[in-house]
Amino acid sequence: MDPLKRVENELKKCVKCGACRAHCPAFATFGKEPAVARGKIALAQHLLKGDIELDDATYAAMSKCLLCGSCVEKCPNDVPTDEIVMVAREALSGQRGLTTFHAAVGRVIRNRSLMKFGAAAARILGPLFFRKIPETSGLRLRFPLPFVGGKRHIPPIAKKPFMDRHPEVIQGEPGKPRIIYFVGCMTNFCYPQVGEAALALFRHLGCTVIIPKNQQCCGLPGMSGGDLETVRGLAEKNLAALERYEADYIMTACATCGGALHKFYPNLMGKRHPELAARLKAIADKTVDASQLLQKLGLNPEETGAGGDIRVTYHDPCHLRTRAITRQPRELLQGTPGVELTEMEGADKCCGLGGTFNVYHYESSLAINQMKSAAIIQTGAEAVVTGCPGCMMQLSDGLKQRGNRTRVMHTVEILARSIRK
Amino acid sequence: MLDKRIIDELKTIVGADNVATDRQDLICYGYDATQMEFLPEAVVHPGSTDEVSAVLKLANRERFPVYPRGAGSGFTGGALPKRGGIVLVVTRLNRILRIDTENLIAEVEPGVVTEQFQLEVEKLGLFYPPDPASLKFSTLGGNVAENAGGPRCVKYGVTRDFVMGLEVVLPTGEIIRTGGETYKGVVGYDLTRLLCGSEGTLGVITKIIFKLLPLPEAKKTMLTIFDSIDGAAKAVSTIIGNKIIPTTLEFMDYATLQCVEKRFSLGIPASGRAVLLIEVDGDRDLIEKQAARIQELIRPLGLVECKVAKDAAESEALWKVRRLVSPSLRDVNPDKFNEDIVVPRSKVPDVIRAIEKIQQKYAIPIVNFGHAGDGNIHVNIMIDKSVPGQEEKAHEAIAEVFQAALDLNGTMSGEHGVGLAKQPYIHLELKPAQVAAMQAIKAALDPNNILNPGKMFPVA
Repeated sequence: MDPLKRVENELKKCVKCGACRAHCPAFATFGKEPAVARGKIALAQHLLKGDIELDDATYAAMSKCLLCGSCVEKCPNDVPTDEIVMVAREALSGQRGLTTFHAAVGRVIRNRSLMKFGAAAARILGPLFFRKIPETSGLRLRFPLPFVGGKRHIPPIAKKPFMDRHPEVIQGEPGKPRIIYFVGCMTNFCYPQVGEAALALFRHLGCTVIIPKNQQCCGLPGMSGGDLETVRGLAEKNLAALERYEADYIMTACATCGGALHKFYPNLMGKRHPELAARLKAIADKTVDASQLLQKLGLNPEETGAGGDIRVTYHDPCHLRTRAITRQPRELLQGTPGVELTEMEGADKCCGLGGTFNVYHYESSLAINQMKSAAIIQTGAEAVVTGCPGCMMQLSDGLKQRGNRTRVMHTVEILARSIRK
Repeated sequence: MLDKRIIDELKTIVGADNVATDRQDLICYGYDATQMEFLPEAVVHPGSTDEVSAVLKLANRERFPVYPRGAGSGFTGGALPKRGGIVLVVTRLNRILRIDTENLIAEVEPGVVTEQFQLEVEKLGLFYPPDPASLKFSTLGGNVAENAGGPRCVKYGVTRDFVMGLEVVLPTGEIIRTGGETYKGVVGYDLTRLLCGSEGTLGVITKIIFKLLPLPEAKKTMLTIFDSIDGAAKAVSTIIGNKIIPTTLEFMDYATLQCVEKRFSLGIPASGRAVLLIEVDGDRDLIEKQAARIQELIRPLGLVECKVAKDAAESEALWKVRRLVSPSLRDVNPDKFNEDIVVPRSKVPDVIRAIEKIQQKYAIPIVNFGHAGDGNIHVNIMIDKSVPGQEEKAHEAIAEVFQAALDLNGTMSGEHGVGLAKQPYIHLELKPAQVAAMQAIKAALDPNNILNPGKMFPVA
């Protein structure tokens, strides 16, 4: 069956009003209609009718989407363009095969030990691995971290991945919530300090924290490339890993993983695999972002925020913003003694990473990121804080490309500054 | 019709990157908010007035149609390539050329997005009032070509009232200037006013000189709920009759309220039958007085509830009711015909009653809301196109709605224009002699009928 059939009703909802033109960061840089949500919807409609092909021009248009959800949020008719683009990419990859990069991404994210091996190798052989290798060269030496393309500055790989440092169950106080921590690849391999901070905070609150060993990549890099078959495999494994433990919440400190579990699993994957729909929804209903949960459990920043004065600005990750998680991190930051929050212009604008958008459209990704960097620098903050390791990498890249030294930190890192000592 | 030779010439004029002929590109420039679709043969993105001129000269020589386009957000098909040819997208011409704070004017290119322009002038304490609902994405060129309106027009007037001068490429390729930078000017015909609302049939606008106003110090928003439509209508005439001209007087009928309430549960009282969203702007002291006076005036008119915003956030919350209207309409039926009739403001209750009768006759839901302050009502005829016969019924109902507006000395369209959507009905409003005069102008300026052909006038 044509994958687009699954979103036929969603496609009908678009009335071509053009509201997405005001909010699409990809359209803002490319400036032409095939880059905007409305254009992609029109193309998907024509694909369904069978009067255009899954050819280069279709591929080019569908690749110009950050999956940031900005258009979805502002769409008067609630058209889920992010999902539609993923499904269109599935149709494209079904016809044309996955690109070399996405095939490599698929291999890596399907296979934790390969990812671990890759991470270890990349740490030692970093410069070699991150040299730009042309897509067509067939060389696959480069370590395809799910989101990482060629030219960028990338974070150093952790000597020991976060999950290798901790037991599967860290017992808390009786009567306190039991939390499953869905860690995510970026935190595990690149930003273990984020994992440490999240863990410290929830332990501080007395929670039992469970870090299921069998958890996999959330699959978003695969969704981004249309490799939904890989995502299905990952979702099934994650379901098994997450269902093994009784818990009150499934917590993520990665907006992207949270978005996958909370939104794309039940919608995109639920439609593709109705037999999994109920289980996916059960997982989605339990999934919360660290900031949401910290606030809900009454983290008292007075106790935690003794890490010295710091002026920060906050960047909204798309995958928190589109889940209406914008207030919680700000309130937590503002409530922390010594933390002064200055809003940047366009805090809610996408950083330009966009799943694997940055790999294929690095220049545009950087152009979007440049606006973000300028807004960050404008605030004069010492650190830009956000809730997504993907954004952290992108923000670091943008700032470094400008030779700027503003620190990039995760919300939980700021909140955990004192208790981690 | 467009052979390779012509495509190559177009590429020579605007650069190869700015001419697209892939089917995917043609699809993406073949629609607008009418949801009609016509595919062009090429999409051309000019980067200067001279390039626009060269493209039009080529079109005259080779006799292919040229369809100017901004954001493509129109409701009547003004930018749709009905007869193929090329779509001429002016969004690369998107610079604000100057904002003159001494003469309170600004000069812009047509591809500037309306809201971006407003934000820029507001940074300098100036004000560009026209506010079509599409202002976050529609372009100023499109606003001028369609003579866009919006809620604030009650007090400030429509786009045309702010256009002082234009640079226009005529259909034959000549570049002319109309009007200028002075408020007064009576030399020759007023081509500026002719071009405003000409729907891209008389020229391609390449520069616009706008009049600006000082930015009002503050505004105050009130959401008022009435127990009858007559009460709300009476409120409009009472407020204005008492010499207060609010910035906006937005109206929502009972059907609209039910839609919004059903979907979003905003807590609108059950006895509410009509809502007016009233906003005043100006000096802080003045608007406080005006707001108090308005409340005093409307209280006896069956006022059920009156919420007054204390700050910008509360104001935004009140506007939310109005903004949620469009997304809620789909719950009534999946497809809508969005018409925008106007009647003299005192006739609003009469036209609403007439529409109620039409609704009963055809048994199709009709939802009314809009700009009561200037009598401009958005009549939304909600149908399900998949039900056989509904679309035909809708067209008949639309004709009757137009006739009802005309019978009350109104007009078929206050903001959206004619384009393709209202073409079949134009004879209801315009007499043959009027149409002949308009067509004579069109023929004089566009002898080869290459610019936006097949629009506005009935086609034989």
